[in-house]
Amino acid sequence: MTGADILIECLRREGVELIFGYPGGQILPFFDKIYDAKINFILTRHEQAAAHAADGYARATGKVGVCVATSGPGATNLVTGIATAYMDSIPMVAITGQVKTHLIGNDAFQEADITGITRPITKHNYLVKDVKDLPRIVREAFLIASTGRPGPVVIDLPSDIQTAESEFIWPEEVNIRSYKPNYFGHPGQIKKALKLIKQAKKPIFYIGGGVILSNGYMELRELAERLKIPVTWTLMGIGAFAADHKLSLGMLGMHGTAYANHSIMESDLIIAVGARFDDRVTGRLDAFAPNAKVIHIDIDPSSIGKNIKVDVPIVGDVKNILGQLLEEIKTGPDIGAWLKEVEALKKKYPMSYREKSKLSPHYILEELYDLTKGNAIITTEVGQNQMWAAQWYNYQHPRTFISSGGLGTMGFGFPAAMGAKLGCPDKQVFDIAGDGSIQMNIQELATCVCNKINVKVLILNNGYLGMVRQWQELFYKRRYSHTCITSPDFVRLAESYGAMGIRVTKKEQVRPALEKTMETDNVVFVDFVIESEENVFPMVPAGKAINEIIEGLA
Amino acid sequence: MKHTISVLVENKFGVLARVAGLFSARGYNIASLAVSETLDPEISNMTIVVNAEDEKILEQINKQLNKLIDVITVTDFTKKDHAERELVLLKVDYSAKDKAKLEAILKKYFAKLIKHKDNSAIVEVVGEQDQIKNLLEDLKPLGIKEMVRTGKIAIAE
Repeated sequence: MTGADILIECLRREGVELIFGYPGGQILPFFDKIYDAKINFILTRHEQAAAHAADGYARATGKVGVCVATSGPGATNLVTGIATAYMDSIPMVAITGQVKTHLIGNDAFQEADITGITRPITKHNYLVKDVKDLPRIVREAFLIASTGRPGPVVIDLPSDIQTAESEFIWPEEVNIRSYKPNYFGHPGQIKKALKLIKQAKKPIFYIGGGVILSNGYMELRELAERLKIPVTWTLMGIGAFAADHKLSLGMLGMHGTAYANHSIMESDLIIAVGARFDDRVTGRLDAFAPNAKVIHIDIDPSSIGKNIKVDVPIVGDVKNILGQLLEEIKTGPDIGAWLKEVEALKKKYPMSYREKSKLSPHYILEELYDLTKGNAIITTEVGQNQMWAAQWYNYQHPRTFISSGGLGTMGFGFPAAMGAKLGCPDKQVFDIAGDGSIQMNIQELATCVCNKINVKVLILNNGYLGMVRQWQELFYKRRYSHTCITSPDFVRLAESYGAMGIRVTKKEQVRPALEKTMETDNVVFVDFVIESEENVFPMVPAGKAINEIIEGLA
Repeated sequence: MKHTISVLVENKFGVLARVAGLFSARGYNIASLAVSETLDPEISNMTIVVNAEDEKILEQINKQLNKLIDVITVTDFTKKDHAERELVLLKVDYSAKDKAKLEAILKKYFAKLIKHKDNSAIVEVVGEQDQIKNLLEDLKPLGIKEMVRTGKIAIAE
C-alpha cells in the first residue's frame, strides 16, 4: 500500500466519518485516494474554515475532528483554527502535506516548518519521515488528541511518504511511556475534599468546559442536587448545567451575572470542576473570593495552582471524580441560610435590559430560545454577539453552546456551525454573528449551499466592531478608532450564493423571521439591524475585582 | 533562586525545541542547559538550571515540562542529595612573570593547563559553581581572555 492508502485505512479504523479540507500540490496523493474512500469529505473555501469546522464537529459530537490542508500556506491557514482548538482543549487531528523529505529545509516551493510553527499550539505534533511509522503515528495522534486533557495534534506528511510503498501493519495498541493521564482521583484527596464540603457554610460549584469534555454533567447535576449547592459556570461550561435549574447562577466573570459574581465573592468554599480560573473569570486575582477555600478538580495538573492557591487539588477525569464523590457523600452541609442569601442576590441583581428605538439583541435571543426551547445548537462568533448569546439564551444541554472561549477567534462561529450541523444533522444550528465577525469567514456560504449544510446565521448588525467599540466608549473617551465598519447587503449576498436572506428591522418581525428561518430547508442569513451603540452588561472592567460591576441597564 | 532540574526525554528530533520553546513561551529563564545521551540510546538527558522567583513558578515549570509528550521524567535536584559539576575552559594570559602564580592557582583548584601557545594558555577546570566562581576571581588579576562553560550537569545519589 502507499502512504496515502495507509493513512486513509488508519483514519477509517479510527472511526473517522468526516474530513474537512482543501487540496494542494503536496497533499495530492492523499486527495487521489480520498476520491474513492468511504469517508465524507467537505471541501471548504478556506483552510481556516476547515479547521474551525472540524473543531465545531468535535465540540458538537465529542468525536475527534479531522482537517486536511496542503503544505506552506495551506498549513499556515490552519494555524488560527488549531490555536482555537488548543485553547479550548478540543480533540482534533490536522493533517498537512509537506514538501518531499529530501527538500525539507531547502526553502522549497510552498514549504513551511509547520511542526515548528504549531509546536506551542498543539498538544503534540509529528513530522512523518518513514512510511513505516505512519500507522503508529496516526494511532498515537488520535490517542493523544482524545484522551487526558484533549487537544489538537498535527501530522505533517511529506508527499514522497504519501507515495512510498509499505506493508500495512495496524498496531492494535499503542503505548506512549511518557503519556499516562491520571483518570481517578486520589482517595486521600477525595476524603480531604469531603471534609471541606461538610464544613462549608457557603459552598459554590464553579464549573468549566472540562465537565462537558469528560461527559460528567449527569454526575455534576446529581451531586449539586444532592448537596443543594448552587452552580456557576464559565463561558466554556455553558450547557453543562441547565440554565433554568433552581440551583443555577448562570455564567460568572467579566460579563457574568451580577449574582454569580457576588455569590462566588461571598463563598467560603469553591468547588472548581474542569475550569481553570482564567482572568476573564477571576478579575483582579488578589481580590477574588477572599474567604473561600478551594477544591480544584482537573485532569491537567498544570491548571491547578497556576492562578490561585488551591487547598485540595484532585487530579483526574471530572466524570470519575464526581462519581467518587457521589459514592462517599449522601447528604450536604446545612446551608439553608446561604441558599437564602443567594436567592436574595438573584432578586437584587436580576439580568435585565432596556429596549431602545431599534432592535434589542437580547430580545432576539429570548425569542430564539422561546422557539427552540434550548434544543438548538448555538455557535457564536466573538465579541458582543458571543456575550449576548451566552447571556440571553437558556442553555439546557451540554454541547449546545459552541464558542471560541480561550482564543476568542472572530470568524469561528460560521464554519464551526457547519461542523456542528454535519455532526448533528437532526438539530437546528444557529450561528449568532456580528457584522464584523461574519465577514471573517463569509466565503463558507459556498460550502454550506453546495453541500446543503443548512445552518442559520443570525447577524446582529450594529455597524460596529461592537465589543471593541464598547471598550472605546467606556475607556477611550468614545474615540471610535477604526471600529465603524461597512458591510455588504447581507440579504443579496446570501441570495447570490443560493442561500436565503432576510432583513429584520422591527421587533414584530423578529419572531416571524425566526420561524421562517427554522422552516426553510436552505442556508439562511438573517440580517438583524440592531441598536448601533448597544452595550453588553453587566460588565466588570479589566483589572477590577469581579464584584465591581458596571450594571448598565444598557 | 536558581534550581537545577534534570529532564529525561525521548531522543527524537525537535525535543530540544519543544523544551526551549516552552521556557520562552511561558517566560521562564534558563541559566544554563546541557543535553546529552544516556545509557539508553532512546533517551536523552537535559540538565536545566532555571531562575525561578518562587515555588509556584518552579511547580509550573515542572508541570508544564511533564505535559510535553516527549518528556519522560522531571527531577528537581534542589531538595535531593546529588552531585553536580560544570566544566569550564579558559584562555588565560601566559606571560613568563606570572607563570608561577598561575600554576599555584591551578593547583589550588585542581585545574589543568591543557596547552599553551605564545602568551596564551588553555586551562580546564571541573567543579561546583562556588569553586569555579572563586577560581575566576583568583585568575582575574592574571588576565582571562576567553571563557567557555558547559553548563551544570547533575546526578542524584
